Parts: sequence; C-alpha cells; structure tokens
Amino acid sequence: MSVTTATPGWARPRTRPGWLARLFDSKPFLIVACLFPAVGLLLVFLTYPLGLGVWLAFTDTQIGRSGVWVGLENFQDLFEDRVFWSAVFYSVFYTAAATALKFGLGLWLALLLNHHVPFKSIIRAIILLPWIVPTVLSAIAFWWIYDAQFSIISYVLVDVLGWRDTYIDFLGTPWAARWSLIVANVWRGIPFVAISLLAGLQTISPSLYEAALLDGASPWQRFRHVTAPLLMPILAVVLTFSVLFTFTDFQLVYAITRGGPVNSTHLMATLAFQRGIPGGHLGEGAAIAVSMIPFLIFATLFSYFALARRKWQQGESND
Amino acid sequence: MATVTLRNVRKSFGSTEILHGVDVGMADGEFVVLVGPSGCGKSTLLRMIAGLENITAGEIDIGGRVVNDVAPKDRDIAMVFQNYALYPHMTVRENMAFSLRLAKAPREVEEAEVQRAARILGLSELLHRYPRQLSGGQRQRVAMGRAIVRNPQVFLFDEPLSNLDAKLRVQMRAEIKELHQRLRTTTVYVTHDQIEAMTMADKIVVMHAGRVEQIGAPLDLYDRPANMFVAGFIGSPAMNFVRGTVRGDRFVSEGAVDWPLPPPAARGGAGEGRPAVYGIRPEHLFPATGGIPAEVQVVEPTGAEMQVLARVGGAPVLCAFRERIAARPGETIGIEPDPALAHLFDVETGRRLSA
Repeated sequence: MSVTTATPGWARPRTRPGWLARLFDSKPFLIVACLFPAVGLLLVFLTYPLGLGVWLAFTDTQIGRSGVWVGLENFQDLFEDRVFWSAVFYSVFYTAAATALKFGLGLWLALLLNHHVPFKSIIRAIILLPWIVPTVLSAIAFWWIYDAQFSIISYVLVDVLGWRDTYIDFLGTPWAARWSLIVANVWRGIPFVAISLLAGLQTISPSLYEAALLDGASPWQRFRHVTAPLLMPILAVVLTFSVLFTFTDFQLVYAITRGGPVNSTHLMATLAFQRGIPGGHLGEGAAIAVSMIPFLIFATLFSYFALARRKWQQGESND
Repeated sequence: MATVTLRNVRKSFGSTEILHGVDVGMADGEFVVLVGPSGCGKSTLLRMIAGLENITAGEIDIGGRVVNDVAPKDRDIAMVFQNYALYPHMTVRENMAFSLRLAKAPREVEEAEVQRAARILGLSELLHRYPRQLSGGQRQRVAMGRAIVRNPQVFLFDEPLSNLDAKLRVQMRAEIKELHQRLRTTTVYVTHDQIEAMTMADKIVVMHAGRVEQIGAPLDLYDRPANMFVAGFIGSPAMNFVRGTVRGDRFVSEGAVDWPLPPPAARGGAGEGRPAVYGIRPEHLFPATGGIPAEVQVVEPTGAEMQVLARVGGAPVLCAFRERIAARPGETIGIEPDPALAHLFDVETGRRLSA
C-alpha cells in the first residue's frame, strides 16, 4: 500500500508570484497589451491612409503643393469628365463580365474536380498555378500574348491553322482591348473561385446525393435542389471577395494597357493613380478613389443581404 | 409490398472481393436484419439492394423482378441513411415531399401523403421546421417519414439508430418495430448491434467477412447457432468456449475439468474421444456447491444479475447468475452448466456438432 501514499515530510511550497507574473495576470493590462498591435497596425496602415485619402479628395492638393479645402469641386469636375464616366462604365462592365465568366468557369471546374478524376491532386495543383504567379508577371505574359506582332494567338490562327489572313490587334482598339483584359483577369481569377467552390462542394455530404438519387432526382435536379442551395453560402462569400478584388483591380490593367487606347480601358483605380501620381493632381486622384467606395459598399451589402445567411443555416432556435 | 431475393450476390472493389456469394430470401412483409461486425459487407449489400452500388455478379430480385440494371429510383425502395441525409435547406415538409415533387404528383396527393406520414410519426407539429431545429430522434423520424411518403415496396435501413444515445435508441427501436407492424412493408435493416437484431427481426442474417454465416429467426440463432461465430456474436454477454475432448458422458477440458454433455441423442457428430469446443452461455451456468471449481477473478453486479468472470482449469469463463452470491476475487466457487443448453463445435471448422 506504500506505493499509493506520497513521500511524507514534504509539502508543495506555496510560492508568491513576482510582480511580472502579477502584471500578466491582470486583465486590464492583458486587454491593452493584446489589442495594441492590431489596433496600432489598423490605425497606422488603414485608418490614417483612408482618412487622408478622403480628406485629399476635398482639396486641390498637387504634388509639391499642399492644397486648400475646395469642398465638392473635385467631384463636380469629375461629374462632367467623360474619361471619368468611361472609367466608371468600364469598371462596372469589367467587374460584371469577369465575375460572370469566373464563376461560370470556376463552378464548372469545381464540379469536374469534385468527381473522381485521375491525377486529381496534380490537376488541382495545376489549376492553382495562375493564382500563385505574381500578377505583374502574368500581366507581362499576357502583354506578349496580346502583342500586335508577336502574339502567339495570332501566330497560331494565321500561320499554323491559316484561319485568318491578318494578325489580331488585341490592344489597339477599345473593345478588343477591353475584352482582352477581361480574359486575362478571368484567367487569373478562376483558381480562387474554383478552389473555394470545390471546398464548398466537398462539405456537401455524399449521402444527400444518394438520398436525392433514391428520391428520383435527375443529375440536373440534384444540382438544382441539392448542390446549388447548399453551395449558396460559400458562393456568396466567394462572390463578394471576387467582386471586390475585380472592381479594385489595378495591376493587370496598368501593366498591360495603362488605360489605353484613348483611355478606353481605364478602371477607376488606374485612373485615380494616373491622375494622382503621374498627373500630379493628388486631390482629383483621391476624389476618383473615393468615388469607388459607394460601389464597394453596395456590392458588399448586396451579397450580405441577398445571399449570405439563410434561415436553415441558423442555429437551433425555434422561429 | 414485395419479396426480396438475393441469388449468389457478389461484390468486388477492383480485385478485392468483399461479398463472396450471398443467398438470402426475404418474404413479403418480413422484417429482415442484416447483422455482423464492421466490415462484414452488410452495408454494401444493402446499398446494392438500393442500387447505390453496382452488382458484380449474381441477381437481386425485388417483387419478382430482377433489378440489377434498374435505376435506384425505379426499384420502388426507400432508404433511411445512418446520418439521415436530410436536406438541410428544406423544411420537414419539403424533405418529406421532395420525391413526390420530383415525380410531379398533384399538390393534393403530396399534401395528403405528407400529412399521413406526419401523423404516423407524430411530426405534424414540426412540418415547418428545418432539420437543424430538430433533435436526433426527430430527425430520425423525419428520415423515416421521407421513406413512408414514397409508399415503397421495400424499406431499407442503414444503421439508423447508431447516432442516437442509448435510451433514445431503445425507444426508436420500439417505434420502428411498431411502424413495421402497422405498415407491413418488407424491411431490410442493417445493424452491427445484435440486441437490435434480436429484438426487431423476424429473420436475422448473420454476416461475417463477406459471407452469410446463418439465417434464421432470432431465437433459433440463439438456441442453435450454426457455428462458433454466430454462437459468439448472438447473445450478450458472449458464449464461453472451452476446448477439450469427449470422454464417455463427460467433456474433459484443460486441467482435467469435467463438463456435463447434452444427452446422447443431441450430441450429433461428437463421438467418443473427439476433440471439440464446448460452448455454454453465461446465463446457462448456475452456482452449485460441489460443481465445477471456478476461481473468481472479477465480480460485476448489474442489479438484475451477477456477472462473474472466473478461471476454470486455466480457461476464462464468464457466468451470469440470476441469484446474488457473495463471491470475492480469489475465492473458488462451484458452477454447474445446464447440459441441455450446452453446444459442441468442431475445433477446425467451428461448425456445430451437436444437434
């Protein structure tokens, strides 16, 4: 029985914690200490630049000359600026077209990958490639692909297949350039959509499909009544992010066309940069950037209210 | 309502055969339980009947029609899944009505069928709820309701109670049995729990490693197990097995322990001097002064009975005594089997020797 009793004559000593230990036990100190890094970073790198940008939008600041408060003058100027309205139109069009294509193709890819296909993991890795390549590198690659003289697409169509007689001028005319940029953006954006939706698809229990099969659902009905509604929550999140990223896109457009030809491919972001930094009119550039905010808020609210939480996802509570 | 007949059904995944020819006949309206340890192929067999797995060889016949090449939805079966597989984005009503909606049934028919199933299962108050808002037992009932609404020829249950807690399981067991008595639909029920099998089945199919070990009524399996596997699987606590030799009117095991044999007429192929396995259920051992000496190791009182694990001539033997005895670990008590309830099995094949 001696095994179960502790060695006699020894008691665990009571230690009095040092001041450091007591400091780290105090809740107010911990709250401040833990919040400080996050709040500090947010204030310095998000709130301050955003506030400065909004303030600049109401001044006539130029590079090298601090400006004065001019009220809504910058916005009044923009309201009559055809280039600005063209950038607004193209931003919306670019976002709508690219998002529609990304989601169509991304969902299709995700559905394909959700089946048992050979070399599944390799294919998944390959699909992720466009996403991990730095944007500017892929932009330069597309720039070459769209080059008026050295385009590989033109080469294949004209010299290899002989389907066309002339080289395509991808970036020379407004609409060709607009669509070319949309294609580049879709190529870059598909992996994000496809992988996110694939993750969503994999959360759907296979037994639901089996139950639907026994209930007599055709493949289309299984998609419509099981896959689509169950994918909707993640689809909403991915859609929101995709719209935000696409609407605020800058790198692809600036690297491939710099807004040309004749300002036809300016997005609001590229136009803001163009006016603000190379053009030197910081106030006007900031006003353009600030004009993006309502669009972004609208997109976020739309997906939040229209798509996000459904009643069936909510907790155990009775209605 | 229909009969279900499996003829030499085989299933292979690649080169691995997991069902080695299963023959089972199920009568119209019968409650058949497929029972066996994990990996014995019982769920696969059920999924083959449902049409969720293809049939490598053999025939499955539902209501006189070979359904090997019939699509699942045309087999006229309904299945209750282990995880219920309720559509989370549909209310109870929509879940139950889904198959009718897909079949484009008139709204009155749909409503009448849903109401009928809801009445049978006591779900009428919950029709507008989502699966999330239901308890485990209620979800289980909705899954059954979805099956009832279809008016199938055969119900298939795939371990439907394994996600419920012990108390609810007993309650749902009774409800499923009652449901079957009401609807009289042929039912195939898969479980690994032999108590579920014993309490619910009209007919039990015991499976092991892709083969059928024995088919029979619950009490037949308990009274006359065809082999050591069934003997050990059916009944709880499990049957004791002791190896030894038949010597005259006694069975002599290791340590020169004498066990009484069943009467000569019931001994079957167990002749003089034959090595065999002596099987006796714990509940068929009784305390008796002057009986076989057994050294007590563990005593577990359950209230209704005393479970005593003892060593008899080196072999572990579990006894379940109805009367309470004051035995302590280390003591030696006397036990006496009921010879009429003892079983003899072949050492090599495990087959039953006694009649």
